[in-house]
Amino acid sequence: MTKQLRFVVFGLVLLSTAGPTLSAKEAQPSAADPVLEQRVMKLSRELRCLVCQNETLADSRADLAEDLRTQIREQMKAGKSDKEIINYLTTRYGKFILYNPPVDPTTYLLWFGPFVLLLAGLFLLFRYVKQRSGLIAESPLSAEERRQAEALLAAESGKETA
Amino acid sequence: MTRFAIPLVLFILLVAFLAIGLRHDPHEVPSPLIDKPAPAFQLAQLRDPSQTFSAADMRGKVWLLNVWASWCVTCRDEHPLLLQYARSGALPIYGLNYKDKREDALSWLGELGDPYVLSVSDNDGRVGIDYGVYGAPETYLIDRDGIIRFKQIGPVTPDIWQKTILPLAQKLNE
Repeated sequence: MTKQLRFVVFGLVLLSTAGPTLSAKEAQPSAADPVLEQRVMKLSRELRCLVCQNETLADSRADLAEDLRTQIREQMKAGKSDKEIINYLTTRYGKFILYNPPVDPTTYLLWFGPFVLLLAGLFLLFRYVKQRSGLIAESPLSAEERRQAEALLAAESGKETA
Repeated sequence: MTRFAIPLVLFILLVAFLAIGLRHDPHEVPSPLIDKPAPAFQLAQLRDPSQTFSAADMRGKVWLLNVWASWCVTCRDEHPLLLQYARSGALPIYGLNYKDKREDALSWLGELGDPYVLSVSDNDGRVGIDYGVYGAPETYLIDRDGIIRFKQIGPVTPDIWQKTILPLAQKLNE
């Protein structure tokens, strides 16, 4: 909480003074090894910052996000693969750290729920329409009614042409 | 009758979902470390940096590891509660001083009192990362075999202490 507040204050200070250097802190590609830095940023974009949960690790300015980026950088330097690093983080922070939720039993509802609802809706709509079409009985006009209708139509068109 | 029953049931379901959603704190992420061994560490003690302390020293004991820092405002709210819990003698409480300056941490303890058997300094937050810390205060209940049995994110309220931690600790101590 407090840290978030601190960042708000920090952000306001930056806003009031900085202007063109606003995005200074995020993603400074280190001059030392731009390739590595790109890999770090690419992986960070797939990970969630747990402090400010709607941000990725790449976007976040939280202290923890910076620490985790440092971890990722060091592990990459040590030759670890992206998969190993993701594994390292999920054993500590859980799958929640993955910004893109993986498809597994705990997320089936998330991934497939909307489609289940869509199918259920289609089914109900189909049933409803079918039921209603059964309710509307065909009632052909009797000879008398037909004569009346024709007379009315004739009178109507007669008026218009007049 | 059924004309009203179905929408009514749907409405009650919706209300139930929303009610659960409102009570659910999205900031609390379930830790994958529950029922897993507490990550090993060996860190310098806060009061006497020439001495170290490691999680392995606590084998055979049920204990609490509380992550705190002098910059953490919620820790200040939690602090008097911790003092109270420590005084009850129910469980030894150890502190992980997370990403703090030693002098700040020491003056914090001097000013507010020290509920910890001892605290260790995790200056760069590396042990914090191993424990999946993302918002101090956080508290871990660790059993005699060094397994994490419970994690509290945020302050240990009297409610959690009474209803969750104490009964669980008692069970683990049997």
